[in-house]
Amino acid sequence: MIKFDDVSKRYPGGHEALSHIDFHLGRGELAFLTGHSGAGKSTLLKLIMHMELASSGQVIVNGQNLNKLKRRQVPFYRRNIGLVFQDHQLLFDRTVYDNVALPLLIAGYEPREAARRVRAALDKVGLLHKENQNPIALSSGEQQRVGIARAVVNKPLLLLADEPTGNLDPELSAEIMELFEQFSSVGVTVLIASHDLSLISRLEHRMLVLDHGRLLPVGQE
Amino acid sequence: MARMSEKKTKPVLGQSRPKANSAWQNLFAQHQETAVDSLLRLLLEPLASLLTWAVIAIALALPLTLILLLQNLQQIGSGLDQVSNISLFMVPEVTAQTLDETLRDISVRTDVAAAELITSEQALQEFEQNSGFGEALQGLDTNPLPAVILVTPAATSQPAVEALHAELAANPNVEYAQLDLAWLQRLNAIVEFASRMATLLALMLGAGVILVIGNTVRLAIENRRAEIVVIKLVGGTDAYVSRPFLYTGLWYGVGGGLLAVLLISLVMFGLQGPVSRLVGVYDSNFSLIGLGISNSCLVLMVAGFLGWFGAWISVLRHLRAIEPR
Repeated sequence: MIKFDDVSKRYPGGHEALSHIDFHLGRGELAFLTGHSGAGKSTLLKLIMHMELASSGQVIVNGQNLNKLKRRQVPFYRRNIGLVFQDHQLLFDRTVYDNVALPLLIAGYEPREAARRVRAALDKVGLLHKENQNPIALSSGEQQRVGIARAVVNKPLLLLADEPTGNLDPELSAEIMELFEQFSSVGVTVLIASHDLSLISRLEHRMLVLDHGRLLPVGQE
Repeated sequence: MARMSEKKTKPVLGQSRPKANSAWQNLFAQHQETAVDSLLRLLLEPLASLLTWAVIAIALALPLTLILLLQNLQQIGSGLDQVSNISLFMVPEVTAQTLDETLRDISVRTDVAAAELITSEQALQEFEQNSGFGEALQGLDTNPLPAVILVTPAATSQPAVEALHAELAANPNVEYAQLDLAWLQRLNAIVEFASRMATLLALMLGAGVILVIGNTVRLAIENRRAEIVVIKLVGGTDAYVSRPFLYTGLWYGVGGGLLAVLLISLVMFGLQGPVSRLVGVYDSNFSLIGLGISNSCLVLMVAGFLGWFGAWISVLRHLRAIEPR
């Protein structure tokens, strides 16, 4: 599903955020991306989102070489990726329902089909009863779950999360991780960037450990 | 309005997409929703929007009113037949006999089609009836009006008429010979000059409208930066992101155009009274022509286009620059 082939990313100014990254993540696999802050976790996710381009090497997602993606294809590529942010990035000028419906609206879903999917996604994260509220009125754990509902509402093949539990207490964090595990079990590929080692080491999943832009060999984390 | 890149580009991954037959309907529904939403956003801030609309309206109404008034002036010119008449104002001391002789001499000329004598008594009578100065004239001891011979030249070409004019003016009994077309030519020249000025003014102010709307839309883009970033990250195309702002520009233009039409109508209504009093004095049935329905629609369309275009420039410059980082 995700394949990094000798990928390096050098920012203008010479800072090398990632060097010679090689890994492959299969369909339905769940993996944690971890490492100290500044190790390159965000950069790696940005490469997958096509927010940044690799300086050298190939990033291939679902058979698509991202270096060869044309500008006008990028939106359609992104519609297949659910993205969960640390600060959830909800829009406070509209209801929970409208926040979750946004990706479907953009993709041009028929309203009844969209409504069905939005309700299913909200039900999945346990917030169906809050669909008409403004997200600003929700707790941070609930806001994060709305963000997850928005990320999964159009059934993406790939779910990326950037520090999804960064602002949450351990109990809420465990709940969020459980949600990700559920998506993985139905075939969604999930990649979670997190430095919450105490939490992710308890969950028995594959770990990709970055250290100063390099991927540590398995077993050395 | 927005580019249809949704249609051209295939989905990159093999993900199911909305069915094609409903895609057009959905796109239409999206446009409708965006259009209404953009309008509502403007109406939710009535004062700010009204100010922008007023600026646009004034910028549009100013040159349009000028052009409209000039068209009315040209209408005066075209109402007169194009044959130039020559009015010969006779020397006041001239006798009735000399007048008759002069009239006869002129009438037999081959380059004169017709000649008509208006005696000073006739002129006074006519003036009393039509000018409204009747009572004032009765207070005078003597008739101040000279006798006039109206000459219609046989030729219509300018040099021939001017030659005739010069010849008749040389007659010692003629105090002053006036070529009636001269004032019309002068008027036409002035109107033409003013039209050119008005067109230039319209172009400059039209560019001003584009800039004003472009800048207003730039602020709207800045205010919705967070939303734009999220939309781009969840797969919104450039067309989708641009759409609300293009509609915002369109509504600014149309609203400004509507206000401009209103403003022009008010100006025309205000001028109607003085103008009819003025033309009443000149014994004319001229009346002011307003904008009319089809021209009003044209103003709305042009204003809408200017708004859309201003927004488009702004979107091109500023929206592309907002990329998720």
